[in-house]
Amino acid sequence: MSTEARSTPGTADSDARHDVQLTVNGVPRGACVPARRLLSDFLRHDLRLTGTHVGCEHGVCGACTVLLDGAPVRSCLLLAVTVSGHEVTTVEGLGGPDDMHPVQQAFQECHGLQCGFCTPGFLTTAAAYLEENPDPTEDEAREAISGNLCRCTGYQNIVASVLRAAAITRDRQATFGHDTPGVSRPKVAGRPDEGGTTAGAGAGA
Amino acid sequence: MKPSPFAYTAPSSLDEALAVLAEVGDDAKVLAGGQSLLPILSMRLAAPAHLVDINRISELAYVRVEDGGVRVGALARHVDVERSTEAHTVLPLLRQALQLVAHPVIRNRGTTVGSLAHADPSGEMTAVLALTGGSVEVVSSTGTRTVPAAEFFLGPLESAVAGGELAVSAHFPSFPERTGTAFVEVARRHGDYAMCGVAAAVTLDADGAVVSARAGYISVGPTPVLLDLTAAVSGASVTAADWAAAGELAQSQTEPEADIHATADYRRHLVGVLTARALAEAAGRAA
Ligand SMILES: Cc1cc2nc3c(=O)[nH]c(=O)nc-3n(C[C@H](O)[C@H](O)[C@H](O)COP(=O)(O)OP(=O)(O)OC[C@H]3O[C@@H](n4cnc5c(N)ncnc54)[C@H](O)[C@@H]3O)c2cc1C
Ligand code: FES
Ligand code: FES
Repeated sequence: MSTEARSTPGTADSDARHDVQLTVNGVPRGACVPARRLLSDFLRHDLRLTGTHVGCEHGVCGACTVLLDGAPVRSCLLLAVTVSGHEVTTVEGLGGPDDMHPVQQAFQECHGLQCGFCTPGFLTTAAAYLEENPDPTEDEAREAISGNLCRCTGYQNIVASVLRAAAITRDRQATFGHDTPGVSRPKVAGRPDEGGTTAGAGAGA
Repeated sequence: MKPSPFAYTAPSSLDEALAVLAEVGDDAKVLAGGQSLLPILSMRLAAPAHLVDINRISELAYVRVEDGGVRVGALARHVDVERSTEAHTVLPLLRQALQLVAHPVIRNRGTTVGSLAHADPSGEMTAVLALTGGSVEVVSSTGTRTVPAAEFFLGPLESAVAGGELAVSAHFPSFPERTGTAFVEVARRHGDYAMCGVAAAVTLDADGAVVSARAGYISVGPTPVLLDLTAAVSGASVTAADWAAAGELAQSQTEPEADIHATADYRRHLVGVLTARALAEAAGRAA
């Protein structure tokens, strides 16, 4: 990938386009873009995955958070060309209406969103966090989401949602005897026009 | 806003990177984690003609215990350093400081060497490099130089890394036996840049008396400020030491400036309070 995503030093020009190939929500996706294309715009404009939201575009609000090889990062602070060859999970990859990820179900149950602008960032951040710390205290849950801004909810219900998501995960494990869909195993999902069903291996339903 | 156009090269080895930098040097910016550079590009505060992306140089992604301290490669993310058990064992100050650097999501991508090269005087790791007496290894196609902390930070957002050069690693020496460390700061919101922050190291003798009390400060000067405060607490036990006096000594030796985040007076107040707090905490860990 590095050779494709590279222009020769002497001849390098700023209009060059680079072949960016990613695995997005389990599906190989690619496009030819200028080096300055932000990953957030690559996902939204080039791949039409508009679940990832762009608020501040300088790393402060967290709305654009996606998972890069499983770890949450700001997609507005990454060039698409830098992460060519890697795996990205967006909010679309967490789950859909019929097989919601525990954090999605929890945000719905606990009214963890109002306008929903910030929500994709909270969902991806919380999903990754709960993989590492499945049983957080309220303080830990608050700390986990401290890098994300929400102008509507006042955060109380978001903290409650994170705690509820942990409980849902435990319930699903107790009921189904195995893990729920997790960010470490991204499912086939993405563009509706790819007909990607959102039920994947390890789905807890 | 979006970054303005630039030519882009992503070398996969150090040699290749140095060759590219030698060629495009002065018009180029190195892209590490991008957690400081991307906001700068998107806000159009800078418009380099060329970006040299070091994210594919995996030989630079390491955290090693080496030469009586910790050596951090240019591609080690903050999170790699923070989570390294070996690094924490020989130099707990690294983790103590890194937990205050931005938010975990930023630390997943930002690099520790990048934050030194960026030379933001509010960056926690600048004070850690200063307090440990560390150094940065800077390489170009013509050679390697080891720049000590005292010569590395030249001014706000200005480090000793010149065009055509790459900072390949930083070395943070560990402290002598019976030394405790702490990092405390006050920021408007958790994860923000601090209005004042203090890295402290206190060393005791075999009888538990203070033999050294030093502190490194962020956000109180154009570069990290390093102070030896031993005079205020020398020979005292951890419980009897007058940490507040050390705080006053620090206040008399710093000249913080006002900006939109805090007035100079408030910063001076923080220097006193946080010095006492950091030294007491560090001393508690030394005992
Ligand atoms: C919301 C937010 C909050 C933050 N809060 C804090 C905070 O509280 N404390 C803190 O310390 N930091 C904070 N940061 C910055 C973060 O720590 C960055 O990761 C760090 O400052 C720069 O590291 P980077 O790897 O991202 O460097 P980049 O952004 O890639 O580069 C920064 C600069 O250093 C140069 N550079 C980088 N690496 C090298 C190298 N190896 N050789 C030569 N030049 C190099 C680049 O050319 C550029 O000029 C914050 C960032 C954000 C977005
Ligand atoms: S849009 Fe990326 S952090 Fe705000
Ligand atoms: S729900 Fe509106 S910003 Fe969070």
